[in-house]
Amino acid sequence: MTATGTYTPRPGAAPLPRMIAAQTALETRMLLRNGEQLLLTVVIPTLLLVLFSTVDAVDTGPGEAVDFLTPGVLALAVMSTAFTGQAIATGFERRYGVLKRLASSPLPRWGLMTAKTASVLVTEVLQVILLTVVAFALGWSPHGDPLSVLLLLVLGTAAFSGLGLLMAGTLKAEATLAAANLVFLLLLVGGGVIVPLDKFPQGAQDVLGLLPISALSDGLRDVLQHGAGTPWGDLGILAVWAVAGLAAAAAFFRWE
Amino acid sequence: MREPRLGAMRSEPVVRIQALVKRYGTKTAVDGLDLTARAGVTAVLGPNGAGKTTTIETCEGYRTADSGTVRVLGLDPVREASRLHPRIGVMLQSGGVYSGARADEMLRHTAKLHAHPLDVDALVERLGLGSCGRTTYRRLSGGQQQRLALAMAVVGRPELVFLDEPTAGLDPQARHATWDLVRDLRADGVSVILTTHHMDEAEQLADDVAIIDAGRVIAQGSPEELCRGGAENTLRFTGRPGLDVGSLLKALPADSTAAELTPGSYRVTGKVDPQLLATVTSWCAQHGVMPDRISVERHTLEDVFLELTGKELRS
Repeated sequence: MTATGTYTPRPGAAPLPRMIAAQTALETRMLLRNGEQLLLTVVIPTLLLVLFSTVDAVDTGPGEAVDFLTPGVLALAVMSTAFTGQAIATGFERRYGVLKRLASSPLPRWGLMTAKTASVLVTEVLQVILLTVVAFALGWSPHGDPLSVLLLLVLGTAAFSGLGLLMAGTLKAEATLAAANLVFLLLLVGGGVIVPLDKFPQGAQDVLGLLPISALSDGLRDVLQHGAGTPWGDLGILAVWAVAGLAAAAAFFRWE
Repeated sequence: MREPRLGAMRSEPVVRIQALVKRYGTKTAVDGLDLTARAGVTAVLGPNGAGKTTTIETCEGYRTADSGTVRVLGLDPVREASRLHPRIGVMLQSGGVYSGARADEMLRHTAKLHAHPLDVDALVERLGLGSCGRTTYRRLSGGQQQRLALAMAVVGRPELVFLDEPTAGLDPQARHATWDLVRDLRADGVSVILTTHHMDEAEQLADDVAIIDAGRVIAQGSPEELCRGGAENTLRFTGRPGLDVGSLLKALPADSTAAELTPGSYRVTGKVDPQLLATVTSWCAQHGVMPDRISVERHTLEDVFLELTGKELRS
């Protein structure tokens, strides 16, 4: 056949980097366009930071409240995007056949997961910039090694992503929506984000300290508030959650 | 008659399914199904629950066969998915789009996953998706959602397109727009496998129809072959009452029948072809009868399906 029409086949996959970049851009746009997601990832962390830094509602121990709160709110921001937001969005993408349709496109599954991770990281960068600016305006004076902070944020993202994807890939979308929000609320209260863990009874502290949110907020606080060195204990807890969560998600995730 | 299909000289089938079995728990959805589809348009026709979607989704790589083999463009749809996916286009029965995405945004994105996509603006225009504007997917009408899914299936310039009930729930105008696109795809050498439970859709579009019931292909052929092969056809005419049908019967081929149903109203059944028509009219001429209101009743796919399965197709 020499004649070519409009639809004459000319199949082929786009280069992988282009596919992943396009998918990342789309996922990020979907996230930033969603009002509920923005409430969770931007409005709530910012509001909590401003409110509890300026109103003396919680005893945050010696020192400025903002120095205690900013590391906690950064941990919350990571959880809101990597866990809650990603779980809800992915749950509904699964429900509405988006994951299914993409599975028969030229984009491989690992490419889709790479794009999702990249989209989470882009969102987190925007969150960290916003929260840092707000915190400085409130008189925040951070200490410590930025590399340790970066390491904590990356491992925290991996831990929360694993758990979020596990939830999205196994539960119904509505159940994921309810459970992800509930977990967000419980971990916000019991994970050392705003309320110091030492306000809880000793027995509860031991258990709560093993949660990924506690490890992340505690580690960030050690470095940023107290100028401590690399918090290997907290990093270890996050690493265990990351490996367990991602392995479980890989094993149990159902695409439709 | 349709023009000869482009690519028909390529003799290897686009889809070859042998003895496919697929069960969900205790329910057998596909029960030893054989199907070979060649270049052109193949319609998989059957009632709801016949196994159409399971069959097509096995070809798309979504389901693994419990037994049997499936080859699409010569490839295993599961094990060779990465080689197959760039070459096919998929329209799911529903969904497949981010609820917060706009129609043109999603189509543009799908185009970016392919090396040589169609012109997105032209496709948007062609399928009347331009009017969707900034509306997000969840707020589009059912028809707009269907047309977007169709556009996403063809935008990558695939060799083979799978359409699962592409016109379900569409109004007649949108339905014809979809049919026109399928015809254009075929004319440009794209093969199409579509499922439908609409007889007219299969008759209008398909080079080949496979009728599925209870997880098996019970008949396959061109619409013409199926209508000719399944049952005898009928010729009716009116004339003077009381003609000698016995002499007519003698003139007809052996497997025909002839009867005067009501005075002056005659019916002939058998293989109705030009030869039979000539025999009837010359017999009328011998008897000095002007045959009035001659009509030939052809069997439709609907009749064929009813005869094969004893069931009516729901539409």
